[in-house]
Amino acid sequence: MTASTPPPIGAPHDDVSATAAHAATGGLVKSVVALDRVVIRLAGDSGDGMQLTGNRFTSETASFGNDLSTLPNFPAEIRAPTGTLPGVSSFQLHFADHDIMTPGDAPDVLVAMNPAALKSNLSDLPGGGLLILDSDEFTPRNLAKVGYATNPLEDGSLEAWQTVPVPLTSMTLDALADSGLGKKEAERSKNMFTLGLLSWMYHRPTEGTVRFLERQFRRKPDIAAANIAAFRAGYNYGETTEAFAVSYEIKPAPMEAGLYRNISGNQALSLGIVAAGQRSGLPIFLGAYPITPASDILHELSKHKAFGVRTFQAEDEIAGIGAALGASFGGALGVTTTSGPGVALKAETIGLAVMTELPLLIVDVQRGGPSTGLPTKTEQSDLLQAMFGRNGEAPLPVIAPRSPGDCFDAAIEAVRIALTYRTPVMLLSDGYLANGAEPWAVPEADSLPDLTGTVGFATGPNAAATDGTPEFHPYQRDPETLARAWAVPGTVGLQHRIGGLEKADGNGNISYDPANHDFMVRTRQAKIDGIAASIGPTDVEDPDGDATVAVIGWGSTYGPIGAACRRIRASGRKVAQIHVRHINPFPTDLGEVLARYDRVICPEMNLGQLALLLRAKYLVDVQSHTQVSGMPFRSAELAAVIQDAIDTSSTPAVPAGAAANGATQ
Amino acid sequence: MTTLDTHVHDLGMPGNPISAAVADSVALAGEKKTDLKAKDLKTDQEVRWCPGCGDYVILNAVQSFLPSLGIAREDMVIISGIGCSSRFPYYMNTYGMHSIHGRAPAIATGLAASRPDLSVWVVTGDGDSLSIGGNHLIHALRRNVNMTILLFNNRIYGLTKGQYSPTSEVGKVTKSTPMGSIDAPFNPISLALGADATFVGRAMDSDRKGLTDVLRQAAEHQGTSLVEIYQNCNIFNDGAFELLKDPNTGTQWSIPLEQGKPLVFGPEGAACVVKDDFGGLRIAETNQVDADDIVVHDATRENPAYAFALSRLSSQDLRYTPMGVFRSVSKPTYDGMMTEQLDTAKVQQTADLDALLGGGETWTVGN
Repeated sequence: MTASTPPPIGAPHDDVSATAAHAATGGLVKSVVALDRVVIRLAGDSGDGMQLTGNRFTSETASFGNDLSTLPNFPAEIRAPTGTLPGVSSFQLHFADHDIMTPGDAPDVLVAMNPAALKSNLSDLPGGGLLILDSDEFTPRNLAKVGYATNPLEDGSLEAWQTVPVPLTSMTLDALADSGLGKKEAERSKNMFTLGLLSWMYHRPTEGTVRFLERQFRRKPDIAAANIAAFRAGYNYGETTEAFAVSYEIKPAPMEAGLYRNISGNQALSLGIVAAGQRSGLPIFLGAYPITPASDILHELSKHKAFGVRTFQAEDEIAGIGAALGASFGGALGVTTTSGPGVALKAETIGLAVMTELPLLIVDVQRGGPSTGLPTKTEQSDLLQAMFGRNGEAPLPVIAPRSPGDCFDAAIEAVRIALTYRTPVMLLSDGYLANGAEPWAVPEADSLPDLTGTVGFATGPNAAATDGTPEFHPYQRDPETLARAWAVPGTVGLQHRIGGLEKADGNGNISYDPANHDFMVRTRQAKIDGIAASIGPTDVEDPDGDATVAVIGWGSTYGPIGAACRRIRASGRKVAQIHVRHINPFPTDLGEVLARYDRVICPEMNLGQLALLLRAKYLVDVQSHTQVSGMPFRSAELAAVIQDAIDTSSTPAVPAGAAANGATQ
Repeated sequence: MTTLDTHVHDLGMPGNPISAAVADSVALAGEKKTDLKAKDLKTDQEVRWCPGCGDYVILNAVQSFLPSLGIAREDMVIISGIGCSSRFPYYMNTYGMHSIHGRAPAIATGLAASRPDLSVWVVTGDGDSLSIGGNHLIHALRRNVNMTILLFNNRIYGLTKGQYSPTSEVGKVTKSTPMGSIDAPFNPISLALGADATFVGRAMDSDRKGLTDVLRQAAEHQGTSLVEIYQNCNIFNDGAFELLKDPNTGTQWSIPLEQGKPLVFGPEGAACVVKDDFGGLRIAETNQVDADDIVVHDATRENPAYAFALSRLSSQDLRYTPMGVFRSVSKPTYDGMMTEQLDTAKVQQTADLDALLGGGETWTVGN
């Protein structure tokens, strides 16, 4: 048993400002400590409702006005055997009074609902961190399940941490003694008791959670009442117990004025698709097969039928994209959503979409691979599959969002490209973006890009036969975009046939002519290359403009790389952050931008796929830094890599002894 | 090329399944013409099947009968997969897509479900639809998407030059089975009925009248129709259906299915179909059974067991092959139900993008 009065918890380098004492109910004198940021990790059994608890705490935190970033981490098994290590599910939340970029490298606070959760998460909790345990769960049986020979609550092995054992289960049962629920059912509310305790500790608003529970269990009022009672009991326990003498205050982060909501990547991506349909005037047709971690997009879009969104749960991945392509042929905006294994299955149909030059959005929410790999973990290893995973020369645009909220804008941008250029577009999200959440400034619909000009269905002949008769040529191209004419079935006089066989330039008839094939292959490539003209210059963040080392990334590494660059700059060094959203084609100035730096580092959650592309295209000696653990980068580790590159580069200009990665992180 | 702006926020009001974008451009293109002639459906593309191929006969039959449906050619879409038969769309002056191997039913599902105003056709072969595309076929059938599937069955792979197919008989010697095929074949009609297909028929390429009759009923059927067309490949499997085509043996071994008529067939009506002792059907000699025991054909039976039993009368050697419509029952279509759900949603909820984006738990940051 350790300290009952934990000292202020927060990142050691952060300012800990004033503490104030006030009298809580029951006459206890409790102090309030102001912190600028906290990372909390909730860990428990898959059946303990840790994801729900984390999401609720996140919602409370978002509505309080902190900036935040989350990292849910759960097993692929729906319910591994109770109390075992494979069954542990966790949720990490980083929230702050300033803008933050990652869910945090390591927790400051760990809540472990059982011995398994303790065992699998303790090594991430830095010494001195606050450790809250459900002491009821530390039974000989549960300890044996995970191989604890002695009880860590009693054997002194937790002395390095601020350990607070709390009988969460029995206190929940006590609180619900009069609820009429059985023991088993009542026990399930212990996550709400825990949420109540944390809500007290961090001064979170509670009304949202009460409303949520009422809504969630509106058909089971007794369950709603029990959960609310447990939630309040947890809160009141915090206020009255001597075990916690301190609560923490993290002020709202300054944000631009406006309406905000908390949003996950999959939610934002779904809304982006709906918005793109509305802003283009085309109905959405989603053909999809359930796959982790992309299924939530199918779930979300299936709710928006009022917006003309059709969702089709296909018999397989191939039918999902096939149906989407069929719908595009008919004048809808075809969309298919999947993860890496699904992209592999869809490859042939993507090739057909390249050949038929129809708009199509392919969303790949990447996960650990190869094969089934790590379904619930994150990775960026489908980039080369997206670029090259088809037979023949089959180029397509590839774009990647950089944060959960950015999935919204990236979806709209992907649709803009698909419609403007009549091409399938690959949108590469990943498991970290998909399930992670952040505050999102809700845009006004009218402020979103107007995509109506990108549609332009053909309504009449666009060419003439040799005898002068007007004809429709489906492969007649717009001279600027090289997009082909798009005539939808039902349009009088424009009947035409398309397909996977090579097309004659212009009239689109089958052609085996060698010169025509060479021309068409080059034209399809030129069309995709030409998209670069419609995208902005490379996004470079170099505050002083004179960094000699640049870090380049794509997709979800934006947050960890950005946080690492902040550390570097805070240590007095200089570094440029380059983040590419458009990976195919790259922005036209990218080669020039890369050439400005003495060293370019490319961190990726794969074995160097973007680095390979950059080296091949620009002959730049990109230094690859890779990690394929299924988890996002830790910014301190990235900072160390960057610092090393800076300190060993030819032009050192570093304050002696300043460590960017922070010895204490 | 004329183009026009499309309407934002107007993706079809309840009752109109077509988006404003499509409706506007279709309206702008001009008047639809439904009094077509066969020649209106021909294209300028040279037909490139082998001389003597059964596909020519089917193409002619389809071009001749389609105008009688009163559908404008721009409202017809033919989707095919890969194989000899899948060249079909190039020869039809309609909209068309010659897609990839086996996937035509999936592509057609997306088109039919998002454009219920179109007449969607799938042209496929035994390899395309029963081997590589078997999954899409059975799922299209069970969903009852409004489309007509023409399955050209020649019991061989033609385009890849003569390997056995999933309908080839056991023992068939081909390039890939020099010692004879050891694969048990599919009976496509049984397979379709197993998937609870709402319309299942069979016809012979050379029988213009019978083929047209089945095709017309298939086209008029609401939901997925499957028509198996026995088609002769005179290069790699010539004479595969000779037993049924030969005037001498054809009447003996074909069982014409006529709605409401007793199943009597063969020279002088000597054979008939009666119930067997196990809930199935069997062949009997007409003069050996009570006239009342002869089964009267009824394709509209809800339970597919009867149609299935019919499909089991014939074996790999094609003796006792029923020809005509096995099953034709009415069930809600997938596209119809999808449109209904959208209509219901539009009544229940306004399509307000601002409300959607700002939904859920929100908070406001002041100036």
